[in-house]
Amino acid sequence: MTNKHTLSVLVENKPGVLARVSGLFSRRSFNIDSLAVGETENPDVSRITIVVNADSSPLEQVTKQLNKLVNVLKIVELDPSQSVQRELLLVKVRADRAQRSQVLETVELFRARVIDVAPDTLTIEATGNPDKLDALLRDLEPYGIKEMVQSGLVAIGRGSRSITTGPALRAA
Amino acid sequence: MTRPTPESLAHRATPATVAAAANTAPAVIAPVSTTGAGALVRSLEALGVEVVFGIPGGTILPAYDPLFDSKVRHILVRHEQGAGHAATGYAQATGKVGVCIATSGPGATNLVTAIADAYMDSVPIVAITGQVSRPYIGTDAFQEADIQGITLPITKHNFLVQTPEELPRILAEAFHLASTGRPGPVLVDIPKDVQQAQTTFSWPPTLDLPGYRPTLHPHGKQIREAARLIAAAKRPVLYVGGGVHKAGATDGLRKLAELTGIPVVTTLMGLGAFPDSHPQHLGMPGMHGTVPAVYALQRSDLLVTLGARFDDRVTGQLDSFAPDAKVVHADIDPAEIGKNRHADVPIVGDARHVIDELIAAVSAGAGGTEQYAAWWKTLNEIRERYPLGYDEPTDGSLAPQYVIERIGELVGPDAIYVAGVGQHQMWASQFIKYEKPGTWLNSGGAGTMGYAVPAAMGAKVAQPGTAVWAIDGDGCFQMTNQELATCALEGIPIKVAVINNGNLGMVRQWQTLFYEGRYSNTVLGTHKHRIPDFVKLAEALGCVGLRCESKDDVDKIIKQAMEINDAPVVIDFTVGEDAMVWPMVAAGTSNDEIMFARDVRPTFEEDDL
Repeated sequence: MTNKHTLSVLVENKPGVLARVSGLFSRRSFNIDSLAVGETENPDVSRITIVVNADSSPLEQVTKQLNKLVNVLKIVELDPSQSVQRELLLVKVRADRAQRSQVLETVELFRARVIDVAPDTLTIEATGNPDKLDALLRDLEPYGIKEMVQSGLVAIGRGSRSITTGPALRAA
Repeated sequence: MTRPTPESLAHRATPATVAAAANTAPAVIAPVSTTGAGALVRSLEALGVEVVFGIPGGTILPAYDPLFDSKVRHILVRHEQGAGHAATGYAQATGKVGVCIATSGPGATNLVTAIADAYMDSVPIVAITGQVSRPYIGTDAFQEADIQGITLPITKHNFLVQTPEELPRILAEAFHLASTGRPGPVLVDIPKDVQQAQTTFSWPPTLDLPGYRPTLHPHGKQIREAARLIAAAKRPVLYVGGGVHKAGATDGLRKLAELTGIPVVTTLMGLGAFPDSHPQHLGMPGMHGTVPAVYALQRSDLLVTLGARFDDRVTGQLDSFAPDAKVVHADIDPAEIGKNRHADVPIVGDARHVIDELIAAVSAGAGGTEQYAAWWKTLNEIRERYPLGYDEPTDGSLAPQYVIERIGELVGPDAIYVAGVGQHQMWASQFIKYEKPGTWLNSGGAGTMGYAVPAAMGAKVAQPGTAVWAIDGDGCFQMTNQELATCALEGIPIKVAVINNGNLGMVRQWQTLFYEGRYSNTVLGTHKHRIPDFVKLAEALGCVGLRCESKDDVDKIIKQAMEINDAPVVIDFTVGEDAMVWPMVAAGTSNDEIMFARDVRPTFEEDDL
């Protein structure tokens, strides 16, 4: 966990930009743990949140190489203690009559939600930081996980400042 | 030679700088109705493009129609790779943006090697490709290739044009990106129906590159810190790369070197940035560098690195490279700094500004040449003991080094020399003396065999009044010699010295040294069978073909070639196959293991510096 870094990358909202970013990572042998992309408050700008597994020196290379991409506007590293980091988890758990109440108790405990019910399964939606979702999955595992899907991590800095106004990560 | 100044290439994207990034004065053109193809050609004209190298085909055909009437000269090449390297040679000989054009699919993919080559050597070229019409994209249509995807990792940036309206802006952006900051190739892919559609053309467009902000001016604090290290150093070296050429900083470099008295080494891409004849020049470092240059880096206590990138061919085994040196690393590309070697003083900026500010900072501080007296004494001893040289072949064959040395001496330092890749390239870097910037073109980073003939063509188009000599190998020459037909027909009288050793010489050298002389697939048959016969081949391509097989004829034949100026000339210098390039640092080994000649390790007794 120590080498994980969360980068928020603001990019021009243009076709092919995601391919440029992800291609750069594979080309330069950088490891991505998670990647999420979506529009920002400005429709011309998309925000890519990348969790990179790297030591500080390769991380500096990642940042510098990303900055070289013409469509990249700004890169900010979000410190986990100074930011809110969330993933979305959808999981289909085996839950027949006998198990259902126990599963629902777990759902309650993690402040997750049931979003679909079938005679022998429950589909659960949960958001949280990766640690919380890992814990939830650990608790659900004994009942039998039939299917799951997870989003990439998204993160936003705490406080009133927005990254569009704050300083960019431009190591040199 | 007019090179763009850093100021003229300022990064802020305004109409004024669109014009400055272009090759000539700005033009203001009122809106006029035309097609996308018309807008393309008018944009090229407005950008000051004088010449483009290309081949037409299905999807680029609309563009060739207005090109037919344009003042832009189109040179019809014989293979798209030739168009790409010609654009590169043109750009390297002028500092301007070189342009190549190809059709979609195979036309575009044939450009790929040349684009990759320009990317590795940071050469400003713009490649324009036709693409299948928009509705066909992604359907595996005839002659469709995703050239934007293919060239993603080998371009500084690339574009797929979506509408005819955005063509002028995208072309202006492409030229701006190619020529500013760290230069590099930019590809513009234009669907056929975009070329055919009606649009309104006006000029200049407004660039929209919010994420592109190259840093040109170095940070004052870093410059002062560099000056402080220089003042404190005992064994400093100016390690100079191609960035100094590109920034037009060679005059400043000389001033800085003479002011400080620091020894200079120039990399393969940096040759000519500092005169070879200058007493402070120790030569080229690296795998086939001079012993004094390699030694200087290894024993240095301060590398002042200007526009160079610690390439593996320079550093050898990285862990043991310049182990005692602190590093000042100045580069316009921040990603180069600290990539291979930690920089104690990182400086992001254009080499011209960096050098000018270093001169000011060093002049203000202490300095003086006296403090390096002991360093120079050692270096001069090494220089005396291990000069560049070669042995005369014992089998009576012609020494390739001799041929290249004589070409350099007879043709002189005003000519442009363009090398292929391999032994002949290394000998041309060693035995021709480069005194001026822009007189040495070669494929350094990519090592593209076949570069020489088309790049020489491009350089000659750029500098028609200058003698252009390609120094090529018999292997390289067979990859791209068809462009000699282009040269013959278009009136581009280059000289090509084929250093014909009958083999893929550099590979053979490695087989000799590292594979027990097992010559697997390196014999080309250009000696034994004389296939092809380069004299006949030259004649078939509309050139004058000459042959030289003995030492006594070398000068005579070079002079004969120099006198022919109405046709390209090819000289088949039939040379011995066993000559090797020395000195050599074997791949992956330490620079300390440099071999002066086969089985000859230099000894450095005065190691107790």
